[in-house]
Amino acid sequence: MTDTLVQIVVLTLAAGTPLVIAALGELVVEKSGVLNLGVEGMMLIGAVAAFIVTVHTHGSWLGVVAGIAAGAAMALVFGVITLTLKANQVATGLALSLFGVGLSAFVGLPYVAAVVEPIKSVDLGWLSRLPVAGPLLFAHNPLVYASLALCAGVEWFLFHTRGGLIVRAVGESPQSAHAIGYRVIAIRYAAVLFGGGCAGLAGAYLSLAFTPLWSEGMTAGRGWIALALVVFATWKPLRVLAGAWLFGAVTLAQFQIQAAGVDIPAQLLAMLPYAATIVVLALISRDATAIRRNSPASLGKPFHPET
Amino acid sequence: MLQSMFRLEARTAPSRSAKWLSPLIAIAAMIACGFVLFWLLGKDPVAALRAFFIEPVATRYGIGELLLKASPLALIGTGLAIGYRANVWNIGAEGQLAAGAIAGGGVALALDGTAGAWVLPAMFVAGALGGIAWAAIPAFLRTRCNANEILTSLMLVYIATLLLSLLVHGVWRDPEGFNFPQSRMFAASALLPNILEGTRLNAGALLTLFAVALAWVFTQRSFVGFEMRVAGLAPDAARYAGISAPRMVWLGMLIGGACAGVAGVGEIAGPIGQLLPSVSPGYGFAAIIVAFVGRLHPVGVLLASLLMSLLYLGGESAQLELNLPSSVTGMFQGTLLFFLLAADVLIHYRVRVGVRAASRSTPARA
Repeated sequence: MTDTLVQIVVLTLAAGTPLVIAALGELVVEKSGVLNLGVEGMMLIGAVAAFIVTVHTHGSWLGVVAGIAAGAAMALVFGVITLTLKANQVATGLALSLFGVGLSAFVGLPYVAAVVEPIKSVDLGWLSRLPVAGPLLFAHNPLVYASLALCAGVEWFLFHTRGGLIVRAVGESPQSAHAIGYRVIAIRYAAVLFGGGCAGLAGAYLSLAFTPLWSEGMTAGRGWIALALVVFATWKPLRVLAGAWLFGAVTLAQFQIQAAGVDIPAQLLAMLPYAATIVVLALISRDATAIRRNSPASLGKPFHPET
Repeated sequence: MLQSMFRLEARTAPSRSAKWLSPLIAIAAMIACGFVLFWLLGKDPVAALRAFFIEPVATRYGIGELLLKASPLALIGTGLAIGYRANVWNIGAEGQLAAGAIAGGGVALALDGTAGAWVLPAMFVAGALGGIAWAAIPAFLRTRCNANEILTSLMLVYIATLLLSLLVHGVWRDPEGFNFPQSRMFAASALLPNILEGTRLNAGALLTLFAVALAWVFTQRSFVGFEMRVAGLAPDAARYAGISAPRMVWLGMLIGGACAGVAGVGEIAGPIGQLLPSVSPGYGFAAIIVAFVGRLHPVGVLLASLLMSLLYLGGESAQLELNLPSSVTGMFQGTLLFFLLAADVLIHYRVRVGVRAASRSTPARA
């Protein structure tokens, strides 16, 4: 019984990790006042880049770096179009997602049947083999720990450092931030690149650790769920963690119910995470004041110093 | 960043010529990109571009295919454009298309063998209602719960396609179909008649033309259409003028849903002729690009749908002749939208090249 529970917790964390990473990245982007709907596309590009580099170099950590770089490169395209050329962020984000789906399918095609050495879970000797505490604390995938560190880091940066204050100021009132001398566009570029890197890392985790393979559209909407999580978390990093794990559990429930031999069609179970996203989004958004209090005031609006 | 090389100067009024020039710039840039891509892949770029953009439509059959694929794109794009004008971001047309196919296909299967002329109209009405029902969910959640319609409508795409897959794997599976996940073939009364000999073009294209004409009247000549434009361009002014924002959301979503649902029936009653686990190669998403490239105007959407259809055909041709994966289509589509959005900067800004002398806008560090 305990073993099963421990197993469920471990798998929940594993399933929630890509959502944690991608959502934290988007959270920082949105805190700077930019809405990037291209998370799904950046994640796919990250996943495919990480996979391809790993296949060729046999170095999965090099793959992770490639995933991050590829996600950030996609974000740079988004940045140039929305920040420098002042295009509509919603439309550009959609374009980024559509483009990412197409590009990843195109470059990934020769690698569909390829295999890679997956990123292994950590092994700390006797620590990892402790009953209960071992698997719960000391035997996760390194990227699971990385996601926790990222969460702590984002929380600390945004709410306990001067840099975080500046990012939030830019997101609340770019005009004021500009007037007191901050470079709004440069700060937004930095946030957008960070978000892209995170999405790329989340993709790399999927294709190198969670399910070590490449298949077209393998993110299966996780990028969009990550976007919903940011709203769910009312732009608070620690709540992203809770929300992502909740979704990890829902994803998992799908396989658990099937494994338990319950006679429910696979398609109905596969709907669970998407239906849960809708329900959760509706419930959380009902509280309009909480949303208004926490969402960055300039979210999605282009900034031009002379206007 | 780039400000030192060129800077943007706000125009006093949006440029009308730039608005229509921008798609042409985007198309040219996309083709240039294709040239470089094919060259990098070691193909003769000129021959490859020929195979991609010209050969698919060099025959009568090819023209028929172009119109056949453009039809659902134009129909959905028209519906979406009406919503986008009012800032209603329905990106779940792919799901509404599937919902329409489920409803219309259900009618076709239930009436199987009935030889009435009313079978097809019944299917289309059911399809429109299916699409409307599916679009009503995000509209309800947006107006009642303030939930972002972009995310909810997209989540519903996954649910609708899973529902369709569930049905054709289950209750609607053809008992004589060797266990393949597909429904029975529809009876002749449930299929759209062909309208151009030697091609697969069917009467669905006429329906699309009718819908586009209707949309032109609605957006350009009706009061509600005007209200929706005001709601999109100036939400505050719209509220002051007493235009109900929830009503705009409902209208924008439901019109898009109805169009997508009808397009879904057009596919299953046209080229497909039965229900399959997937009834669309991403028309619902490509139509988003069609709406933007067509400048959210019915006539523009019509032209853009032809271009997007050509990209689908080009992808198929590239697969056959150049041995390239057909997903190259998705890349071209995405690239086109990127270039379009980038070129749109010309509508609101003038681009000045060169370093500016005394800079007003570079903030001094406080």
